Amino acid sequence: MSTRARPAATPPPPEARTEQAGPDRAELSAGARQERRLGWLLCAPAVVVMIAVTAYPIGYAVYLSLQRYDLRFPGRAEFVGLSNYGAVLSSPFWWDAFWVTLFITAVSVAIELVLGMGLALVMHRTIFWRGVVRTSVLVPYGIVTVVAAFSWQYAWTPELGYLAELLPSGEAPLTEQWPALWLIILAEVWKTTPFMALLLLAGLALVPEETLKAAMVDGATAWQRFTKVMVPLMKPAILVALLFRTLDAFRIFDNIYILTAGAQGTGSVSILGYDNLFTALNLGIGSAISVLIFICVGIIAFTFVKLFGTAAPGAEVKR
Amino acid sequence: MAAVGRTHATRWGVLNVVVVLYALFPVWWIAALSFKDPSTLTDGNYIPTDWTWENYRGIFETAEFTRALINSIGIALIATVIAVALGTMAAYAVARLRFPGKRVLIGMSLLIAMFPPISLVSPLFNIERIIGIFDTWIGLIIPYMTFSLPLAIYTLSAFFREIPWDLEKAAKVDGATPAQAFRLVIVPLAAPGVFTTAILVFIFCWNDFLFAISLTSTESARTVPAAIAFFTGSSQFQQPTGSIAAAAVVITIPIIVFVLLFQRRIVAGLTSGAVKG
Repeated sequence: MSTRARPAATPPPPEARTEQAGPDRAELSAGARQERRLGWLLCAPAVVVMIAVTAYPIGYAVYLSLQRYDLRFPGRAEFVGLSNYGAVLSSPFWWDAFWVTLFITAVSVAIELVLGMGLALVMHRTIFWRGVVRTSVLVPYGIVTVVAAFSWQYAWTPELGYLAELLPSGEAPLTEQWPALWLIILAEVWKTTPFMALLLLAGLALVPEETLKAAMVDGATAWQRFTKVMVPLMKPAILVALLFRTLDAFRIFDNIYILTAGAQGTGSVSILGYDNLFTALNLGIGSAISVLIFICVGIIAFTFVKLFGTAAPGAEVKR
Repeated sequence: MAAVGRTHATRWGVLNVVVVLYALFPVWWIAALSFKDPSTLTDGNYIPTDWTWENYRGIFETAEFTRALINSIGIALIATVIAVALGTMAAYAVARLRFPGKRVLIGMSLLIAMFPPISLVSPLFNIERIIGIFDTWIGLIIPYMTFSLPLAIYTLSAFFREIPWDLEKAAKVDGATPAQAFRLVIVPLAAPGVFTTAILVFIFCWNDFLFAISLTSTESARTVPAAIAFFTGSSQFQQPTGSIAAAAVVITIPIIVFVLLFQRRIVAGLTSGAVKG
């Protein structure tokens, strides 16, 4: 079956070997030195671009966040220390947005994990239509988020939408906080579960068929096989998928912008940052929010790596 | 025995239908909206009763949409080409060469892949205003390229690791020049990976909304996702629902085409980059 994901046994990436047996600097051969130079040369353009467009602006954001900088009164820019941070952190807007973001992130990632695992199992095990199923699942992943968000918005618009029709007439769920939050989560889950499912599918390919057969012969039920055999073997893939999706969900913007524009207390921290910048034109406060979000994302990533002791994607997967 | 087989098949059949419906129904629904006449928009049918091209004619008549479509295609294509070119070079080095600093490079691109874009919006907005590339193509190409570089480096280095590089040596032993060995052996083996990466990067750029609404202010660089969000009806009493639906279908078509044609490769690219990276 050529549609199967590629075999699981991956050789350790080359750098695992090279770095242990690093050649002594003094006796570096001409060839090795040439290889080094070529390596740096080939990476240089990518590195320069990445630094210029991320490291420099984030530094600049830190600088801006220490200024009073309102675009309506650019002449009055001055250094104000940490007072922007004080203003943001003592404002209920920030905390509302923060909890909303955390709520959306936690709930949608949890749902996606369960649903994604189900989808991955279907894609992995189904006997017929496998191509059709996999192709369909890729569509939500590929589709423009804004388009998907409009589809969901219309679906819930009274009179227009097929889902709104299921509600008692006169209900407009997008105009109330809790219903709107759940609909935002629904839109997010629909759009990104396929991504989760595909990563989990790759993890499923790591589970050897023979091990499952052996467990079956030993009398393990389907659930036991799943929890005792599959999940432990898939752990690296699961953690990577969780980390990716958590960080991604935390920066949710498009869905909220289209569905509610952040009204009725549904704004995420990204929406708050955008509003401060483009509605209030306050670069100082906007930059302080930017830096705070950056710190949040850093904390999430750090927690993941610490808590689960996981090999982050890119590092070698520990088995 | 046969009966057991049949129930088994039925169960998978039902599950598959559920999955396909779940994935495609919202897309079908907005496509159906786009073919509905304004008077039947709210009739609740899942298939338009009177098919009309009016919504499509409407959006293509406005400069707003056609301009945005050109912007989208141009910006995404240029960003893809540059990101894939730079990414290929770096990924080749990561997969094939020994050099100190490789870890740092991988760690750095990982960091960038996780970067919250909103954190860059306020500084980039000001920097681009100051150096005069705000609301231009280049002003969007640069951030797109940067954010897709980690994706390109990951997926490509995963692909490159699986290429049997010894074939190159074998070709040289058989008398091929290094250039011939590279062109005739390595390039055909690497091309599918590069192509897949290009599709992933293109989808990434095509999808962006936050940068598109933050770093543009007029039609001169606004891409379709951003333009749709600012659509207004032809009069203030008319909701732009039909136009938005039509525009949504137009920008969804390229993605659907890619997915249909390269489904297997896209899956391979996504998963190899992320899980085996």
